[in-house]
Amino acid sequence: MAILSLGGFALVAGIILAIATRAFHIEGDPIADKIEDMLPQTQCGQCGYPGCRPYAEAVASEVAEINNCVPGGERTMIAIADLMGVEPKAIEAEEAIPMIAFVREDECIGCTLCIKACPVDAIVGAPKQYHTIITDHCTGCTLCIDPCPVDCIDMLQKPELIEHWSWPLPDTQRSRIGHQRRESHQHV
Amino acid sequence: MSDSSLFQSLMHSLGLGHSDFNGGIHPPMHKITAAQASEVSPMPPVLIVPLKQHIGEACIPLVQIGDHVYRGQKIARADAYVTASIHAPTSGKVVKIEDHRIPHPSGMGLPCMFIEPDGHDTIDPACLPIVNWRENDPDLLRERIRQSGIVGLGGAAFPTFIKLLRDRHHPVHTVILNGIECEPYLTNDHRLMLENTRQVIEGMQILMHVVQAQKAIIAIEDNKPDAAEAINACLSKQRLDLTVEVRLMPTRYPQGSEKQLIESLTGKQIPAGKLPLHVGVLCQNIGTTKAVYDAIAEGIPLTERMVTVSGDAVPKPKNLRVRIGTPMRFVFAQCGLEDFDDIQILHGGPMMGEKLRSADIPIVKSSTGILAMHTATMQSVHKHEDPCIRCGHCSIVCPIHLVPNLLADHCRNNQFDKAEDYHLFDCIECGCCSYVCPSNIPLVHYFRYGKGQLAQLTRERRFADESKARSEQRERRIERENADKAARRQRVRAETKPVLDGKNSTENDGDAS
Repeated sequence: MAILSLGGFALVAGIILAIATRAFHIEGDPIADKIEDMLPQTQCGQCGYPGCRPYAEAVASEVAEINNCVPGGERTMIAIADLMGVEPKAIEAEEAIPMIAFVREDECIGCTLCIKACPVDAIVGAPKQYHTIITDHCTGCTLCIDPCPVDCIDMLQKPELIEHWSWPLPDTQRSRIGHQRRESHQHV
Repeated sequence: MSDSSLFQSLMHSLGLGHSDFNGGIHPPMHKITAAQASEVSPMPPVLIVPLKQHIGEACIPLVQIGDHVYRGQKIARADAYVTASIHAPTSGKVVKIEDHRIPHPSGMGLPCMFIEPDGHDTIDPACLPIVNWRENDPDLLRERIRQSGIVGLGGAAFPTFIKLLRDRHHPVHTVILNGIECEPYLTNDHRLMLENTRQVIEGMQILMHVVQAQKAIIAIEDNKPDAAEAINACLSKQRLDLTVEVRLMPTRYPQGSEKQLIESLTGKQIPAGKLPLHVGVLCQNIGTTKAVYDAIAEGIPLTERMVTVSGDAVPKPKNLRVRIGTPMRFVFAQCGLEDFDDIQILHGGPMMGEKLRSADIPIVKSSTGILAMHTATMQSVHKHEDPCIRCGHCSIVCPIHLVPNLLADHCRNNQFDKAEDYHLFDCIECGCCSYVCPSNIPLVHYFRYGKGQLAQLTRERRFADESKARSEQRERRIERENADKAARRQRVRAETKPVLDGKNSTENDGDAS
């Protein structure tokens, strides 16, 4: 009797679970999606993968290290470490100041090679016309530098806007100590 | 103090006693300039007019270097919605347009227009008053207010016309004139109520006409009984048919904060993220109301404002009517202060004002007052921050019912998501918590840091999302192009060499087998 009732119960539960997996099926890899949301989407390829999505998938399947995203910096690395439940790792590359690309228009020959290279369509232009970069869209990935045959693209420091200025931490000893403690805690 | 506050909040929660906002403090008021008549500041040798003086988008210059401008002529155009255009403060010549420091805690600069006054102060002939505004369409008046570049002159500099929007679902029934001026030292609204009573009241009537409100309340703190008397006298002389009530409010900081004042007057709390409009109220500052009067009844756009020049380092503190763009060094010189060694300058009142790094910064629309303090009095007490002792004073005085000590902990430890859960963005930065903290914790400074970091995170997130969308779009486009190319190739192949194709396929079959 006990075997029968437990067996019957297991069968019913099994059927419900089977239906539930069908009904609540999730397309794709939810962890990769979450990691991708944390990445800065510069599509720069500095992590060794051809974009943010492939890197997110590699991290999710534990093929890639969590500390390869250079523009994301420490914050992104820590967020991924939290999500994956692994120890944070120091980032080898130094954190760079935000840059944007700039085309020196009088030297541009209008070859469209940079336009093809730009991963976020931030360059406008047509064959034999000057190209120019939409500064608001440029992620500073530097992928347009190499293809340029006449070397007319510069990387400039992103201008700091007064609207984007934010207050620094108060200059008190306690605030400094608190901050240092937090930083050292993260590096352990 | 805490006992009475506790009692008050208990009474309030039980629905007893008159409605009032929570917390608040009683700082020494130092209203030294209250009894002195205001003066008109002379014209400086050069006016520096920043091309952005409001919350919102920057303006685009309309005149060129070397152009002659009239007073009130629009010199910068505003394209976006949340913005206010800029007008020439006097007649003269535009000498240059370049970056110059503006009153901002960062000490950074913005494009400014430098105007050399010609001494005639000729008003633009295109500036015409709307004399019979009572018969005019409210929308037309609102457009005039928009074109006159009027922003909230109480310090926030939010474009006024946006607040005057008439919403079908939220009709405004009451206009509140905010004559509280609860910041210590500042007396510019006080002087306006005494010296320009008639203009302020007509400005109020214009505002009531624009939003079609039936009722108005003029709220004045009870340390300014003379202002209330002046307004009452003017009201009884005019025999207004509209219901206008003058209300004396208890002196308590931050009584003059818009949401706190509305709660005190109507007993209605404005929910987080909502506007006074949603409880049927329009709240305007006295200075703004006077500016509305000037724009409609006199035809003069916002080119001048009353500024309180005070502080313990100023030999002759006074209220001055200053043209927008006058350098602060020049304004201080009118009050006998010329040497700025060991002196710190505050833009706004001592509670919410921001420390400036130089005196060569122009007066802007939001300059309620400029204070010069000896460094010794300002003495950064907050350098010696002690640990929080959980006394709870900050929570008692917080007018928005926040828990400042926890919020500060979260901000200090970069736990911004938690800070947001504790409603960091509802903080009005009034400074009550920092004022009462026995451990000298610079609480508001932590909140400003947290808000800035959160805004930065949001911006980065938005940029990442946009970049991702563009990148995905690009991938789809490339895929589509490749598919098109492949299809074309196939079609061309099929059309040109059908025989060879057939032969190929048989060969392939052979290979396969």
